[in-house]
Amino acid sequence: MFFSFFAELRDAKVPVSLREYLTLMEAMQKRVAAFDIEEFYFLARTSLVKDERHLDRFDRVFGHCFKGIETLADPKAELPEAWLKKLAERFLTEEEKKQIEALGGWEKLMEALRQRLAEQRARHQGGSKWIGTAGTSPFGAHGYNPEGVRIGQEEGRNRSAVKVWDRREFRNLDDTVELGTRNVKLALRRLRQFAREGAAEELDLDGTVKSTAHNAGWLDLKLVPERHNTVKLLLFIDVGGSMEDHVRVCEELFSAARSEFKHLIHFYFHNCIYDSVWRDSRRRQIEQTPVVELIRTYDPSYRVVLVGDASMSPYEIEKEGGSVERWNDEPGETWLRRLLDAYPKAVWLNPVPQKYWTGTASIGMIRQIVADRMFPLTLDGLDRAMRRLTR
Amino acid sequence: MRRFEGTDTYVATQDLRVAVNAAIALERPLLVKGEPGTGKTILAHEIARGIGKDLITWHIKSTTKAQQGLYEYDAVSRLRDGQLGDERVHDIANYIVPGKLWEAFEAAAAPVLLIDEIDKADIEFPNDLLLELDRMEFYVYETRRTISARHRPIVVITSNNEKELPDAFLRRCFFHYIRFPDRTTMQQIIDVHFPNLKHELLREALTIFYEIREVPGLKKKPSTSELLDWIKLLLVEDVPPDVLRTRDPAKLIPPLHGALLKNEQDVHLFERLAFLHRRERG
Repeated sequence: MFFSFFAELRDAKVPVSLREYLTLMEAMQKRVAAFDIEEFYFLARTSLVKDERHLDRFDRVFGHCFKGIETLADPKAELPEAWLKKLAERFLTEEEKKQIEALGGWEKLMEALRQRLAEQRARHQGGSKWIGTAGTSPFGAHGYNPEGVRIGQEEGRNRSAVKVWDRREFRNLDDTVELGTRNVKLALRRLRQFAREGAAEELDLDGTVKSTAHNAGWLDLKLVPERHNTVKLLLFIDVGGSMEDHVRVCEELFSAARSEFKHLIHFYFHNCIYDSVWRDSRRRQIEQTPVVELIRTYDPSYRVVLVGDASMSPYEIEKEGGSVERWNDEPGETWLRRLLDAYPKAVWLNPVPQKYWTGTASIGMIRQIVADRMFPLTLDGLDRAMRRLTR
Repeated sequence: MRRFEGTDTYVATQDLRVAVNAAIALERPLLVKGEPGTGKTILAHEIARGIGKDLITWHIKSTTKAQQGLYEYDAVSRLRDGQLGDERVHDIANYIVPGKLWEAFEAAAAPVLLIDEIDKADIEFPNDLLLELDRMEFYVYETRRTISARHRPIVVITSNNEKELPDAFLRRCFFHYIRFPDRTTMQQIIDVHFPNLKHELLREALTIFYEIREVPGLKKKPSTSELLDWIKLLLVEDVPPDVLRTRDPAKLIPPLHGALLKNEQDVHLFERLAFLHRRERG
């Protein structure tokens, strides 16, 4: 029973196993949900889905399996032409339609809409930028809203009551690419290294028994310090310029890292490391920390994480005086190498998606300098970076 | 077995009821997640009340170990008693202190066991409880005795998503995500808590509340518990509904906003947005 449903869930990458399936069967047998499709839906959801991020995928599969509703498996997949036309028709006035004809006709418009869709989705996950930019779009003041134009459901089929799973209320919890603080923490956790240091507070039972025996039976309590995470981290974050687009993801990384490590020292730089960095963006002109001093202060057991998009003019890396901020006597490359030599355990995290890396010359140069220890600032990239740091 | 249908002080949506009843019928733990303040912890209390069971709560902290839920061996007092020549010292069982799980297993009637905020503990914590929650039994090494549940307790586990829980653990649970209530559900919830609330006040309060939640970029969105607090304050201060309705540019943020907005950045943000909004209008 329902085996194809189960199989389809697995195809849709909802991690269900036989155990959950059997649980569902058992619950059906016990009549937890009897003869009511909605109750069955809730029961299936509570027993098969174990993470809110999978709820949306579950809803889609459920809708597909039990209603034969066409699902749009991947939002990035081809959109049906007819659907797009209908959408455009609904949103456009006669006047605008004429404008579109002038722009090059429907074909072009479809393309634009498709692009807009992809873009909006991508942007929406990255930040809150799209709010308030309506007005310039040929698609009317509302922009595109998948909630308004229901995907996967023909109009008129079910006008009055949308089925619960068709509402797809958990859509924004499905975050396959988004980097949440929790996930960042989880990835950073790889770096944990415990050691006992500090005040002795925990009872050391073995030690106590031993020393009590030595003491001819007189009780002699032994205490040991608690275990702490002893990893020490220097975090360098690129600020300003092209990094503006990535502020949010950097903030998340930073807040996650700060709560995870006791010894976390952060510095800011712009584009590339030069002779000095700063700790407070507002006072950057007044309080700068020379890199040389930094290397003297923090011993090589510190790990270094550089976060930056590495997108700049090649001159900023390889020439003296290349810095956009002020005159530098030595090129950025020299300073970066100096830092990497001082701290053998270092990685560069790049918020620019990896597929665009080859398009920017400076990214290639930085990659070479850091000896290919550049990782994308995604969960997977962060995970690989942390593994690299623990090696 | 009695079914859980919500109580007079707790509005349980249909999906939540199904999840709770599935957990009761199949005697598996129920894992509850959701935004802070949507009534995860209260749920366990209400289940216990709704089906007439005792409640045992185990609050998890960052330092909590799984073993503490089973039992602890008080080595220090035994050593001390040994020194003083106390008779009790010969029986190790005198120094085994039962934990919450033990307590729940030994209870005469199946209780509701709440394991609150399981994500606060170390990442390995849920793994250490796998077998105990699955078979509802554990072994006490010191006394060589197996403690098994007389009646399988109804286990409710809450998580705030601070840590990812291991798959093996999740497989053994029913899962429910408490979604933020929509306006109608919220109205029911408030009716349950403030039965005599004036209709107008409720409408204005809810409008403002959902408006605040819509403000993009809030650090902490107000949730159900904050709304209830706020309404309580509005009642205590006897704020008339028209105060909430007037959109006086001089008063940019709602009265007694301290109950809704919990950090100063959010208050600033809200002021700024409200200001811009008014200016656009005016």
